[in-house]
Amino acid sequence: MTDIGEAFAAAFSLVYHLDHDLGEIVLLSLQVSVGAVAVASVVGLPLGAAVALFRFPGRGAIVVLLNALMGLPPVVVGLVVYLVLSRAGPLGVLGLLFTPTAMVIAQVLLVAPIIAALARQVIEDMWGEYEEQLRSLGATPRRALAALLWDGRLSLLTAVLAGFGRAIAEVGAVMIVGGNIDHVTRVMTTAIALEVSKGDLALALGLGIVLVALSIAVSAAVALLRGTLAQPRAQ
Amino acid sequence: MRAGARARVLRPLAALTLALAVVLAAPVAGAGDFITVASTTSTQNAGLFDHLLPLFEAETGIEVRVVAVGTGQALRLARNGDADLLLVHDRPSEEVFVAEGHGSQRFDLMYNDFVLVGPAGDPAGIAGAGDAAAVLGRIAAVRAPFLSRGDDSGTHRRERALWAAAGLDPRDASGTWYREAGQGMGATLNTASMMEAYTLADRGTWLKMRERLDLRLLVEGGAGLRNEYGVTLVSPEKHPHVKAALARRFAAWLISADGQAAIEGFTIDGERPFIPNAN
Repeated sequence: MTDIGEAFAAAFSLVYHLDHDLGEIVLLSLQVSVGAVAVASVVGLPLGAAVALFRFPGRGAIVVLLNALMGLPPVVVGLVVYLVLSRAGPLGVLGLLFTPTAMVIAQVLLVAPIIAALARQVIEDMWGEYEEQLRSLGATPRRALAALLWDGRLSLLTAVLAGFGRAIAEVGAVMIVGGNIDHVTRVMTTAIALEVSKGDLALALGLGIVLVALSIAVSAAVALLRGTLAQPRAQ
Repeated sequence: MRAGARARVLRPLAALTLALAVVLAAPVAGAGDFITVASTTSTQNAGLFDHLLPLFEAETGIEVRVVAVGTGQALRLARNGDADLLLVHDRPSEEVFVAEGHGSQRFDLMYNDFVLVGPAGDPAGIAGAGDAAAVLGRIAAVRAPFLSRGDDSGTHRRERALWAAAGLDPRDASGTWYREAGQGMGATLNTASMMEAYTLADRGTWLKMRERLDLRLLVEGGAGLRNEYGVTLVSPEKHPHVKAALARRFAAWLISADGQAAIEGFTIDGERPFIPNAN
């Protein structure tokens, strides 16, 4: 099998020539996945923290549900979002199907449970440690929640990164709701799937190598951010 | 000390929300006139759209967005009103689509043919045979591996029609010598090559991929192998939001002398995978 050698050659050639189409695809991949992770964090982090801190009936069921939703199959999520956004569906009038926005929506549904479930675990562990101290300081529950989200930022960053990993690698949902339209909704994973379907395995693998490199770059950027965040606070 | 904590949490959240706004705004910007075409993997995999669309877009400024899926899924998309135009290759279901009022008009566009390909050893001895249905009967008789698309595509629908013409239902044997890939044409050809199986392919994808495959073209040109592509306008009466006028312009261009010449001018390794036949 010479495909693996060809794949590395294809990957280098793609990057070396700074292929315009590739740049477009990489940029859209980042836009969609970073956008989805941003929304999912805004929803998921406070949700996870709230489930960790507050005691209410049905809490155990919610914890189980959040953990289970981490394993949502992307194709199923894609199908549900398709049915909702289709012209024949309830939100069809918005005309969002086959747009990057539809892809963001699908990925938010996939990523938010991951971020919420991991955040819940992080905050719950911290709460065990901090509870007495925060109570003695007379912190209100909302303030305690904010304080814990801030103090747990390094661990929570890992939760967010886990969500990003899911989003950037996911193909099933974005393929269905985005349609893999050239120059409009084609991202790294759907481009790879297309090359596989064309039978150009070397180019598919080449794109895969670029995608892995991209993930490493994002992860490195987060590591740098982590270093900055870990600095002692000014006041 | 804790007072700052909330601001510190809220500030990055605000930044994230801003990033989101940018992301969501991106697709809206630069969206000019465009139509969505539900089409098949065979035309996309052969590279036809890469050849045709720049010509049309340069002439009219209308962007054509192609969602390439199996013919079955393309029909479902159009039936839900999620496409403005349908370009597929299963004439009976296209005619049903129009008859049901989902499509306003169907035009002949082009044709090529299906080919039966298989391992060089040809265990069922079908090379050069003329009648595709009889060939399938022979493959079934010796239980030679046959890889089906299995994805409700136009090619898969034709394959099932050929089995039916042979009076056989191979799905009884699914998982033994009859295997359903559930994949696009390119992936199915790759898999067939690796498992030394026969498969039915459209000529366009076969031409594009044959170099990389350990497969031979064994049967071609017989009755039942003609592969007709049609273009169908999605009905604005049934689906009021479709861009009927723009879609009609694209369809009109495809069947015009210019469009037909463009299809005629598309070659792979000197061979012409699609023959225009609009009238």
